[in-house]
Amino acid sequence: MADKRMTESQVVSELRSGMTIGIGGWGSRRKPMSIVRALLRSDLRDLTIVSYGGPDIGLLCAMGKVKRAVYGFVSLDSIPLDPNFQAARQAGAIEVTEYDEGMVQLGLLAAQWRVPFLPARAGLGSDVMRVNAGLRTVASPYADAEELVAVPAIRLDAALVHLNRADERGNAQYLGPDLYFDDLFCAAADRAYVSCERIVPTAELAAAGPTSLRISRWMVAGVVEAPNGAHFTSCAPDYGRDEAFQARYVRAAKDPQLWTAFVDRYLASDEAHYQDAVEADRIAVSA
Amino acid sequence: MTATPTLPTTGEVTRAEICVVACADAWRGDGELFASPMGTIPTIGARLARATFEPELLLSDGESLFVDGTWAVGTPAPAAVEGWIPYRAVFDLVWAGRRHVMMGPSQIDRYGNANISAIGDFFKPTRQLLGVRGAPGNTVNHPTSYWVPRHLPRTFVPAVDVVSGVGYDSARISGSAAARFLDLRRVVTNLAVLDFATADHSMRLASVHPGVSVDEVRDNTGFELVVDGAVPPTRTPTDEELRLIREVIDPKGLRLKEIPA
Repeated sequence: MADKRMTESQVVSELRSGMTIGIGGWGSRRKPMSIVRALLRSDLRDLTIVSYGGPDIGLLCAMGKVKRAVYGFVSLDSIPLDPNFQAARQAGAIEVTEYDEGMVQLGLLAAQWRVPFLPARAGLGSDVMRVNAGLRTVASPYADAEELVAVPAIRLDAALVHLNRADERGNAQYLGPDLYFDDLFCAAADRAYVSCERIVPTAELAAAGPTSLRISRWMVAGVVEAPNGAHFTSCAPDYGRDEAFQARYVRAAKDPQLWTAFVDRYLASDEAHYQDAVEADRIAVSA
Repeated sequence: MTATPTLPTTGEVTRAEICVVACADAWRGDGELFASPMGTIPTIGARLARATFEPELLLSDGESLFVDGTWAVGTPAPAAVEGWIPYRAVFDLVWAGRRHVMMGPSQIDRYGNANISAIGDFFKPTRQLLGVRGAPGNTVNHPTSYWVPRHLPRTFVPAVDVVSGVGYDSARISGSAAARFLDLRRVVTNLAVLDFATADHSMRLASVHPGVSVDEVRDNTGFELVVDGAVPPTRTPTDEELRLIREVIDPKGLRLKEIPA
């Protein structure tokens, strides 16, 4: 049986500059941050990032990795706006495909189903039609003759998602309240990489019930065990969002000096150093 | 029986409480729709509507559960879960038309086009906001209302920079598929209630909050409002509504953070 375990660095070594990469989660919730951090340290560039955007997009923009962002929103949830994303947009530093958030779902679904587009009412009449030059409408061939948005398939070269549990073959489990669209990201991608809080024997996956098993090994190319890997985003029920850290991230992103210090402390070295720094912060606060 | 607690209904009704009931009234008559408020005062309003005149409304915990009962803003929802609505199910419900959202626009114009995406040129904005989020899909699929806690000319603009929520003129130009389910109900602000009950669906001053003049609303609106004869005052809360707002739904007074007394 295939053992798909790998490290964040091995995931990044399979990626190339110019790729279209989908990132799961939603806003500042259950983001595959340990793999994102490995991407930040890499020499990859010119990436197209597809995401229900949170700090993943902000950080990748800040480190100059993004050529184009495809999203419905970029938000940190408890803090509405990500200053790094704002700065990139306001400088005109990135290209964007801004869709209604439901259109992103349809684009991923079309990619999974290998159809060129799916029709939607969402987008009609809005500036989504104006600012996305390639976007077309399609007329219903039936008697209603409605003209709808033809949301193009969003095929991904790779998908990155973070789940609560997985086995070494790539069956992955969410234990929180919402899968978000992680299964669609995986199925829309040529290669999907799942990080998880803990790799467990397959036999342990059944306990939480079959509806928690929506990421199946046929979708998955690699599995990374990454405890606290979604930090500072939430990973319910294993842990909530680290609000203090997120606030520090936002303050740093607004101030070049603080940002340099933030990068030095948290992002310059590897994941183990990141987690050590986070743990040191935690001890300092509770002391 | 213990002494009856002093009802704070004796206190003067605040502007925030006027706004709460004006928001609540947005969902009047909706029945079994998912009421989706954005912002504190709309959230108090939606819970008030369900606790009183619109008991069939569906409300969420703000995360992924439909929750029954009435609970205070700023506190976790009670355990009375009646359904599951992860984001995917929210989209399903939006496209089925079974929702009435109240969103908070950064800009809105006379035909109800609303902007939550970016200020300035979309391709190099002076200020990046959230992105269009679900506003395009929401507006062309189900009833939509808006909440504007600061009614100012920079919010009520002649033309929005990025049409996120679709207005009546944009839908008309786009065609019947956009206009088919477009249903902009009302815009509640700190000064007034506005609607689109005019022949061409241009924004009308429906009522002014007690103590606010028609001229004050006009002066703070960056386009010509339709003013149709004498403008009535926005209704005040009933005693029972005030009790629910003050004792049950917002005992900590979070509404005053959005609309100071």
